[in-house]
Amino acid sequence: MSLFLAEMSVLAALLSSLVALAAGRRIGRTAPFACLGLSGAAALLAGVEALSGGASVTAVLPFGLPWLPWHLRLDPLAGFFLCVLGVPLIAASLFGPGYARELQHGKSPLSVLGLFTGLFVAGMELVLLADDAFFFVIVWELMSVASYFLVAFQHEHSANRRAAFLYLLMAEIGAIAIILAFGVLAGFAGGLTFDAMRGVALAPAWASLAFTLALIGFGMKAGLVPLHAWLPEAHPVAPSHISALMSGVMLKVAVYGFVRFVFDLLPATFWQWGVVVLAIGAGSAVLGILYALQQQNLKRMLAYSSVENVGIIFMALGLSLIFRGGGQTQLGALALLAALLHCFNHALFKSLLFLGAGAVLHQAKEHSLELMGGLIHRMPKLAAVFLVGCLSASALPFFNGFVSEWLIFQAALQAGVLGSGVLRSVIPAASAVLALTSALAAAAFVQVYGVAFLGLPRSHHAARAREVHHRGMLLGPALLAACCVAFGIFPYPLINALGTVTGLLTGEHLPQASALGWLWLTPVSPEVSSYSPPLLLLGAVAVGWLCYYALYRRGGPEPRRAEPWDCGFGGLNARMQYTAAAFSMPIRRIFQPVFDVEERVDTHSDGPGRWHVTGLAYHLQVADRAWNALYEPFGQGVTRLARWVGRIQTGSVRTYLAYSFFTLLVLLWLIS
Amino acid sequence: MADQLMAWLLAVLETLLFIGAAPLLAGWIKRVKCRLQNRKPPSLLQPYRDLRKLWRKQPIVPHPASWIFRIAPYVVFASAVLAASIVPLLAVNLPTERIADVIVLVGLFALGRTFLVLAGMDIGTAFGGMGSSREMTISSLAEPAMLMAVFTLAMSAHTTNLSQAMDYVLDTGLALRPSFVFAMLGLMLVAVAETGRIPVDNPATHLELTMIHEAMVLEYSGRYLGLMEWAAQIKLMLYGVLIVNIFLPWGIANELSWAALAVGLAAVTLKLALLAVVLALSEALFAKMRVFRVQEYLSFAYLLSVLGMLSHIILEAPHVHH
Repeated sequence: MSLFLAEMSVLAALLSSLVALAAGRRIGRTAPFACLGLSGAAALLAGVEALSGGASVTAVLPFGLPWLPWHLRLDPLAGFFLCVLGVPLIAASLFGPGYARELQHGKSPLSVLGLFTGLFVAGMELVLLADDAFFFVIVWELMSVASYFLVAFQHEHSANRRAAFLYLLMAEIGAIAIILAFGVLAGFAGGLTFDAMRGVALAPAWASLAFTLALIGFGMKAGLVPLHAWLPEAHPVAPSHISALMSGVMLKVAVYGFVRFVFDLLPATFWQWGVVVLAIGAGSAVLGILYALQQQNLKRMLAYSSVENVGIIFMALGLSLIFRGGGQTQLGALALLAALLHCFNHALFKSLLFLGAGAVLHQAKEHSLELMGGLIHRMPKLAAVFLVGCLSASALPFFNGFVSEWLIFQAALQAGVLGSGVLRSVIPAASAVLALTSALAAAAFVQVYGVAFLGLPRSHHAARAREVHHRGMLLGPALLAACCVAFGIFPYPLINALGTVTGLLTGEHLPQASALGWLWLTPVSPEVSSYSPPLLLLGAVAVGWLCYYALYRRGGPEPRRAEPWDCGFGGLNARMQYTAAAFSMPIRRIFQPVFDVEERVDTHSDGPGRWHVTGLAYHLQVADRAWNALYEPFGQGVTRLARWVGRIQTGSVRTYLAYSFFTLLVLLWLIS
Repeated sequence: MADQLMAWLLAVLETLLFIGAAPLLAGWIKRVKCRLQNRKPPSLLQPYRDLRKLWRKQPIVPHPASWIFRIAPYVVFASAVLAASIVPLLAVNLPTERIADVIVLVGLFALGRTFLVLAGMDIGTAFGGMGSSREMTISSLAEPAMLMAVFTLAMSAHTTNLSQAMDYVLDTGLALRPSFVFAMLGLMLVAVAETGRIPVDNPATHLELTMIHEAMVLEYSGRYLGLMEWAAQIKLMLYGVLIVNIFLPWGIANELSWAALAVGLAAVTLKLALLAVVLALSEALFAKMRVFRVQEYLSFAYLLSVLGMLSHIILEAPHVHH
């Protein structure tokens, strides 16, 4: 039944492509999204059923090459990721119709958008279901190529074409690494099905090679530093509901691939791998959020924050590998559970933030934070929903992001059981990085919210913004916000369900997690740590209400509205408030070695002796160091190589004939 | 069942005592500081009078303020009260201490701070933004140092539950643990930064260009300001109680008898009074730092915490062999 539902969801996604191609303008706006919504709901149902059942179902499709039929399988791991896909997809399909109405006026036809959205979603769903390497790679490519067209949707801007090309290039390099990784396994297993690969015996060197290739391939798609360069380029230029799906879901599909490959297919685990993953994850987390803090473009900032969150997920995966390699399977299961939970949480809040950003860009007509401001008065409902997303992303209590980070900290604190002193000091150091990351994340999201939504409007567009009139554009993000709060307060059912996934991959459940009942989280044991979000919330509500009662109900003068304090000079205006660049300046200065900062003040002056200053312009450009350190030299190297090889191209037919002649000679000599 | 009820009741009473005594601690620090500076100190009860005065005044809300500005005092105050409820003051093993552990405590501080900072940016004045930016910068550097100090304790005691950790320190007796000394020093430096005291911030000034906390709450008045001030006093006391009760828990009640609780009250009062003298002394001796010197100060706190962690791993932890 669950596999049938999953197949239905794939079919619904493909149907939405067809509908988008066939339908006219009016239906073309809503019908494909309805199909996508159905697809999301079916995926969610299939996922829930696979998670609760705990069994895996397989099927063979009569497609593909005659001797290579396509294998499908739905087990709890795939089921969980179907849930990760399903919820944001439903929200995006609610959001889509209203958003598409505005895109209609653009140059690119909506049918193209609908066609590739359907293919993209179907590709992601099939990646989760694939049970042999051949099929996996085909649907992985379907996902990548379809999303390339989505990134390139508004191709009339050259920046978008450039971002899309970079995305495609890096996606293909990653795909090659993935194919090679599967190749190593398949070569020893003698078959392409995952079942054949699972039992394979590998020498440590080959296993490590396969692991490295998988880390590069899946890490590139997931956006790990330094392979993240495509991500902050591609996410901002795609339509917002696509950014939500790419950031919320596609990055998780990459994480799924990594988990499937390393935890399920590879026969052995070495703790050294864990150290590598932990280090790369920690680097991605802290660099991602530091760059996010310096962005003035709202969607670019959200994209960098995805780099951070993927880093956090990989930190937890690294911890899990270290514990597993060290023989502590129970703790390995805990860290894996934390990683998966963070996948789910990030999918919820990042999709929410991208959808919200879409609505903001739509209404305020500005991409830059510096030109927004005061939106909380113009769009109060969206502002409330967006605030939930910001608080979740800042990993604050009562919201879902906190639960998974808390679990990661709990796993990291168990490092004392490991034998090696180095590991016992590396893991706490990594958890300090995580602490720095979450503190910086709070700063970043406070900055975004404070600059965009609070204060005074900084531009005419922002001052004239209105609440979105299409109900779905509010309903989609609101649904996700409700999930963020719900899973922040009652994480227990989800954690319980994840026990089947960790049971499948590591053979361990967390027996202690329910030691104090469903109101409590006790990942290791009740003595070690306990957290009860419902009781804490109860306390917070009680205290808040008591204060309110004591201050308001018991009389006391009503507040009076007045002008803010302006030091007696008068005339406060929007240009006097802190900008995003100003807000993050201390952090930019403290972490200066990380950034490539170009800062200058242009002074325009006039009059005799140029003493009369007529204008000042401040320019700030914060670039990613990875570009100058890694990509630019690589690009220049390729260009130089091409120029060198190009020398053989003289343009004269005689030279080419000579080449042919000598090639023939050499070939004949080889054959004889 | 009756025991359970009594324990919950006691936990609530302890929390009330905590928040009730917080202004007293602030008054005491001010008194000691005045004495050290050869000034005539105000009464010990002055903070209560200030709060009562703020309570009665009509609050003024600036025009550009949104609902964030109005709910922020409640969120800040409630998060401080919740944090107070999970930190053992007089006795260990009260039921509220299980609701949240020390990592959640750090999270609660972050929640209150986030709303404080948002409220600072809500009006759109330069002061609010400046205070918010500085507060976020300092706290994002202080948080890792604090968690590192806390982790040192957690890894020694094998728990992040505060009550269990204090039990562990009590059980192991008075032994010189280099890791604890380092962690305590680190936590003390963090506490000074996070509660906005000299040399990081100066709680006594207004409209000084270097202020942080006061810049964010500049637009508050009346009962809103009262809540904010009270929350800040609770936070100061929280850090004090954390320092004296985690690292020097002697005297805290192990069982729920009146005698033990009385001893606990006397012990914690004495320890906090002494700690306050140390704080006042340091405030009288040091000058406020430039904002960009704070990073060096906090790096030093972080270094101390890391040293604590390393000395735990290298010197103290029994090596596990497989």
